[in-house]
Amino acid sequence: MSEKPATLPTHVGLFATCLVDLTRPQVGFASAKLLQDAGCQVSVPKAQTCCGQPAYNAGDNADARAIATKTIKAFENFDYVVVPSGSCAGMLKHHYPGLFGDDPDMAARARSLAAKTHELTAFLVDVLKVEVTGVAFDGTVTYHDSCSALREMGVKRQPRRLLAGVGGLSLKEAKESETCCGFGGLFCVKYPEISGRMVDAKVDDIVDTGAGTLLSGDLGCLMNMAGRLHRRGIATEVRHIAEVLAGMADGPAIGAAEKKTD
Amino acid sequence: MSNARGEILGAIRTALKRPEAYGAENISVQQRIQAHRANLIPARGRLGTKARVDLFIREAEQVQATVARVSAPAGVPREVARFLAKNNLPMRLKTVLETSGKVIPWSEQTLLSVEEGRADGSEEVCVSQAFAGVAESGTLVMLSGADSPTTLNFLPPTHIVVLGVADIAGDYEEIWDRLRREKTTEAGRFMPRTVNWITGPSRSADIEQTLLLGAHGPLRLHIVIVDGDA
Amino acid sequence: MESTAANFKENALGALGDARLRDALDKLSGGFPENRRKAAERLPEFEALRDQARDIKHHVLENLDHYLEAFEARVVEAGGTVHWCRTAAEARTTILRLCKQAGAKTVTKSKSMIGEEIAINEHLEHHGVEPVETDLGEYIIQLRREPPSHIIAPAIHLSKEQIADTFREKHRDLLADRPLEEPRALLEEARGILREKFVAADVGLTGANMLIAETGSTVLVTNEGNADLTYSLPRVHIVLASLEKIVPTLEDATTILRVLARSATGQEMSVYNTFCTGPKRPGDLDGPEEFHVVLLDNGRTDMLGGEFHDMLRCIRCGACLNHCPIYKSVGGHAYGWVYSGPMGAVLIPNLIGMENAHDLPNASTLCGKCEEVCPVRIPLPRMLRAWRKRQFEAQNTSKAARAGLRFWAFFAGQPWLYRIFANLAVGALHKLSRGRGRFRRMAFLGGWTTLRDLPAPAGKTFISQWHGKKPSESGHE
Repeated sequence: MSEKPATLPTHVGLFATCLVDLTRPQVGFASAKLLQDAGCQVSVPKAQTCCGQPAYNAGDNADARAIATKTIKAFENFDYVVVPSGSCAGMLKHHYPGLFGDDPDMAARARSLAAKTHELTAFLVDVLKVEVTGVAFDGTVTYHDSCSALREMGVKRQPRRLLAGVGGLSLKEAKESETCCGFGGLFCVKYPEISGRMVDAKVDDIVDTGAGTLLSGDLGCLMNMAGRLHRRGIATEVRHIAEVLAGMADGPAIGAAEKKTD
Repeated sequence: MSNARGEILGAIRTALKRPEAYGAENISVQQRIQAHRANLIPARGRLGTKARVDLFIREAEQVQATVARVSAPAGVPREVARFLAKNNLPMRLKTVLETSGKVIPWSEQTLLSVEEGRADGSEEVCVSQAFAGVAESGTLVMLSGADSPTTLNFLPPTHIVVLGVADIAGDYEEIWDRLRREKTTEAGRFMPRTVNWITGPSRSADIEQTLLLGAHGPLRLHIVIVDGDA
Repeated sequence: MESTAANFKENALGALGDARLRDALDKLSGGFPENRRKAAERLPEFEALRDQARDIKHHVLENLDHYLEAFEARVVEAGGTVHWCRTAAEARTTILRLCKQAGAKTVTKSKSMIGEEIAINEHLEHHGVEPVETDLGEYIIQLRREPPSHIIAPAIHLSKEQIADTFREKHRDLLADRPLEEPRALLEEARGILREKFVAADVGLTGANMLIAETGSTVLVTNEGNADLTYSLPRVHIVLASLEKIVPTLEDATTILRVLARSATGQEMSVYNTFCTGPKRPGDLDGPEEFHVVLLDNGRTDMLGGEFHDMLRCIRCGACLNHCPIYKSVGGHAYGWVYSGPMGAVLIPNLIGMENAHDLPNASTLCGKCEEVCPVRIPLPRMLRAWRKRQFEAQNTSKAARAGLRFWAFFAGQPWLYRIFANLAVGALHKLSRGRGRFRRMAFLGGWTTLRDLPAPAGKTFISQWHGKKPSESGHE
């Protein structure tokens, strides 16, 4: 941008989430591209780590609060905070404010951060009014509604709206698209057998759609479902929705080998 | 155990951080009870007479009741005889002859053997008169009383209910208002010992979630709507 | 009843290995939730009615003392008696005393979760009074000496073959050649036996779905009609109900009934909604001569005004069980006590102690489906977290889990250190994966890799790549 526009571009802080940061950077790049293409200036503060949800859901509010404090400080000066995860976005939006019951100053800052925090696809559709991302994807996909995105962040039609604008893509809804995949953060390692039953039901439901690709907006769920699909030897590819929307779905899918062997 | 009452009430007041027993809240609670304001009433039942009766019939049939209409109380015995014959049931029934001043002229239907009183479990068929019907869900409202024993409604495998068309209301709230209006005693009470809302015949899905009619209560519920007494 | 809630993990493992249970639970998924969805769709006002139902219960809890006193006064005016009981033991003693006073040999019972909670059957039996459960499902599990596995469908875990076996074993007069293959035959068999019990009973013991302060009435909701035979035939009717069942008026009860059946089974209304007020009136041809309400606290006042206050709104519809993916995986018995599903996971630790039900609040993904369908909008996930917080504070969380969390939280709180270690770790893991994209096994993550592959990291963290590429962005803070 060589010429300064009349109004400053919307400045978005991208909270990449620890799972994207550690395991699947291309979701971060895809998210940034989608935001930039829609005219936003995107920053990725180095001071971000995890949203604190593992601690919070384990009842460890003190640690969750310490992490929340860092996150708030790192992100509070942006116009918006955008998260490519309904679960982490839900943590920032709905659970941070309650962590500071005895600290009115931090509670106010948490509320102000919460007010400008959005899940990626909801931000694109509801705030930026993006309708088409101008990409193509040749194939049938099915979309899993992650629990937090659906129930905490009200994400349901937005990803579908964006997928409808992808050339060549056809969406095949699963019967149980709104049912939990059994990930649940630490739940899946604490209660592996129950989680296993849940993800198996999920995998069956996905296979029933006949879709070649499974998409969702939460990497935790995607890793869980990809892990089980692979273990069961099912070839369905698994990707974060941002990869498809940004036209960056050409690399290996989640859990897939890096180079195709002949 | 004598102080259980005091301790429980005390624990509630402590938990609610409201130590005094009779404050402003108590007055507002009494007022709320006395006002007994209706909450949101679904629009479904708010219909003109014909549409309301039609809705009642549709809803009752939806829950596996059967419905017939006769033009006057005198038509009830004939309809009952027809229903029993059609279903291969014995022409014998237990009922009370008069409920809330409404008399059914059973003697005109000589095929039927009619016995009077409460049910004891030996009956195949009982007939009782409803206080009201509710169109919203095809529900019958039965009151217990000296002229309407509750057992008639539950013990027989076949239960036939006579319902005046004018007694079909749109919603339950109308029934409560009517009860208060018509039944309030000098002591200020209006509830009979038992008010039964009955919506279809008895059922259970406790065995492998298979829906079966006639679990403990009646297997058949036949409603005879009397048009003439409006 | 004896609790096995402390053994949730073992219970759950056993349940997961039970093929018959799986069939039953699969059937549940297609039944109640689908019916609820249709019923909700059919009633445009359903969501608004849920709000009102929530508000009514909320209002009652805020004024519980006044409403209880009003209720009691109306019961007494109608000729009944209210027995206040603080504990399960007091309620058991009271009920036994009333049965003895009535000279009762047999007590018919309609399904009451409070009855299960205080284990009234065992107590009566022990003192020579025969309790007979009359709800079909409850009757079956009474014969089998099992607890209910669902609050509205107590025998949902059983197949018809298991039920037939139970009848053949327990019904002494059952002819060996009587066919019991079909559900209808099983129903007829139970109906026949129970008919005799209904007529012979001296006392009828029912629960109550609601208590109405305006009139002193108790509300019973059933589909079978068993409750109606339970109170209308014996000489004495005892109602066992916990404090929070109270609602102000008939109109309020009506609003709650409009959401209850729809949420529970997807019916517009349950078949029988019954309002009992006092004993039979002069001239009445039937009905009980005595009417007693046993009003039980058993831990409710401890929940009032605290973190679990909202749980007292629960109307026991079972919607949270029917929609819970955990419940649908392991069934009700895994929870190890009277209640199950999300409502059980919140309530059980309140009633039998957190230390005796440690796993229950943890065995949840917090997916939020329960709160989504709860007719009185109880924030169940919030309360599951509240238990976890208490456990963590009481150091009841396992040492390994605490250590892991502290380790993670330490790094998450030190971004620069986190970056260094994150890059090292993902680099190493990436190398280890040797381009296969995933691991089949991973130390410390056995829980994950027993059933799933673990997708491998891409090699460099997003943040280091981003800032490596765009150094200009790094300064923003």
